[in-house]
Amino acid sequence: MQTNFTHHQSAHCENGVASNLLKHNGLDISEPMVFGIGSGLFFVYLPFLKVNYAPAISYRPLPGQIFNKLAKRLGLKIKRQKFASEANATKALDHNLKNNIPSGLQVGVYNLSYFPDEYRFHFNAHNLVVYGKTETDYLISDPVMENVTTLTHKELDKVRFAKGAFAPRGQMYYPIQIPEQVDFKSAIVKGIKNTCRDMLAPMPIIGVRGIRFVSKQIRKWPIKNGTKKANHYLAQMVRMQEEIGTGGGGFRFIYAAFLEEASKILENKELENLSKEMTVIGDLWRDFAVEASRVYKNRSTKADVYNTIADQLLYIADQEEIFFKKLKKVIS
Amino acid sequence: MKKEEVPQDKGNLSNINMKELVYATDEKGNYTTALSTGWEPKTIALSNSIDEISERIAVAKEQVENNERSPIYYFMEVSRMDLSILSSYVGMWQWRVKRDFKPENFKGLSDKVLQKYADAFDISINELKNFKTN
Repeated sequence: MQTNFTHHQSAHCENGVASNLLKHNGLDISEPMVFGIGSGLFFVYLPFLKVNYAPAISYRPLPGQIFNKLAKRLGLKIKRQKFASEANATKALDHNLKNNIPSGLQVGVYNLSYFPDEYRFHFNAHNLVVYGKTETDYLISDPVMENVTTLTHKELDKVRFAKGAFAPRGQMYYPIQIPEQVDFKSAIVKGIKNTCRDMLAPMPIIGVRGIRFVSKQIRKWPIKNGTKKANHYLAQMVRMQEEIGTGGGGFRFIYAAFLEEASKILENKELENLSKEMTVIGDLWRDFAVEASRVYKNRSTKADVYNTIADQLLYIADQEEIFFKKLKKVIS
Repeated sequence: MKKEEVPQDKGNLSNINMKELVYATDEKGNYTTALSTGWEPKTIALSNSIDEISERIAVAKEQVENNERSPIYYFMEVSRMDLSILSSYVGMWQWRVKRDFKPENFKGLSDKVLQKYADAFDISINELKNFKTN
C-alpha cells in the first residue's frame, strides 16, 4: 500500500516533516515558515550533559517542539502517540497507511541504513515520514535526503525504538485537523516574539547569554582539559552547529528566509532589512566554523588560537543581542 | 550566504552522491535554496570524531587483550555507545553494566544476560564470548 505523498527536500528534518505533512493535507507552508512560526531558532549550553564525550550544545529546542508550537499558533490539531511495544507501534503505523495517512516518526539515526557510515551516531531526534509499505520494506521520505528511500520492516522497528537520550519510543505524529482559514499574521508575530524571548532570556545558559558562556569556556578548555580534549570539544561543537542544516549558519539562513517571507505577509519593510542582517550573522557563524576547523585540523597548541575564536563567538553574541532587540521592537 | 558561495567541497556525503539542501540568496538578494555536496570544516569535524572513536576502539582492544576489561567494553566502543546508551539498550543499571566491564564478572554472566548485550551490539553470543578483533 502507498499513499499519494509528495517528497520535498528540506534543510532540517523536523521543519521538513512538518512542512511536507501539512502540504500533503492541503496547507501550503514553506520550511522557513514552519521554522519561524514554530520558533526553531534556539541556543542552549548544557556543560553537565556529555554527548560523544563533549559538553552538549543545542542549537534547537527539544524534539517535537517546533511542530507543536506551529500547530498551536495556526490552530491545527496534531495527534502524537508513543508506544510501549514494537508490535503496537507497527500496528498503528500500518493502520494509518491503510487509511492513506502518511505519518511522521521520531527516530534514532544510528540504524538508518541509507545514511553514510560516518553519520551513524546515537542521536535520537531525527524525523522522517513513512508514506507506504511493501512486502519487505517501508517507503520512507526523509526530508534531508534528495529522494525517497526505504527501510526494511526490521530496520524501521529498530530506529523507532532506539534507546538513549530522547529515546523516541516509537513516536508517531500526523495532523488530524486543519482549519479552513489559517491566520498566518498573528502566528508569525507569536513565533517571532517567542524566539526573541528565548534568545534574550535572562539565563546564563540560554540564547545570547549561553553563546557568551560558551565563548568564556572555550578560553578555559585548553588550560583545563589539555589541547587534545579542547580540540575534540571544538570539533563536536562545529558538528552540532553545521551538520545537516542544524544550528549555526544554516539555521540563521533559514530564519532570514522566514523573515523575508514574513515581511511580505505582514507588509512590513523593516523585517526585510532584518532578514539581510540575519544573513550577515549567519555568515559570521560560518566564519567561526572555518576558524574553529583550522584549530583542530592543525592541532595548534598555542592557547592564543582559542582566545581568537572565543572573541569571534563573543562578537556573534553581541551582534545577535542587538539583532533580537531590534526584531522585538519591530514586531511589537 | 550567496548562492554561488554555497560550498561544493568533497565530503562524506559526496562519496555516496548525497547532497544537502541549504538556504542562500540569489543575485537580487532574495532567498532561494541550493544543493551542497559538502563543506570542508564539517568534513574535518566529522573525521575528527571518527578518529577519536577509532582511537578509543584501539585502546579498548588492547585492554581486552591484556585482560583488563571485558569484550563488552570493546563492543560498546565499536557500536559508538557510551555507558548510559548501553545501559538503556540492555535495560540494566549503569553500575551493573560497569561491573560487567570487568573480565572476572564477565566470565560469570549467564547466557540470558549475554544475549541482551549481544542484541544491543547486533552480534551473536558466540562473537561476544570468543573475543576476536579483526
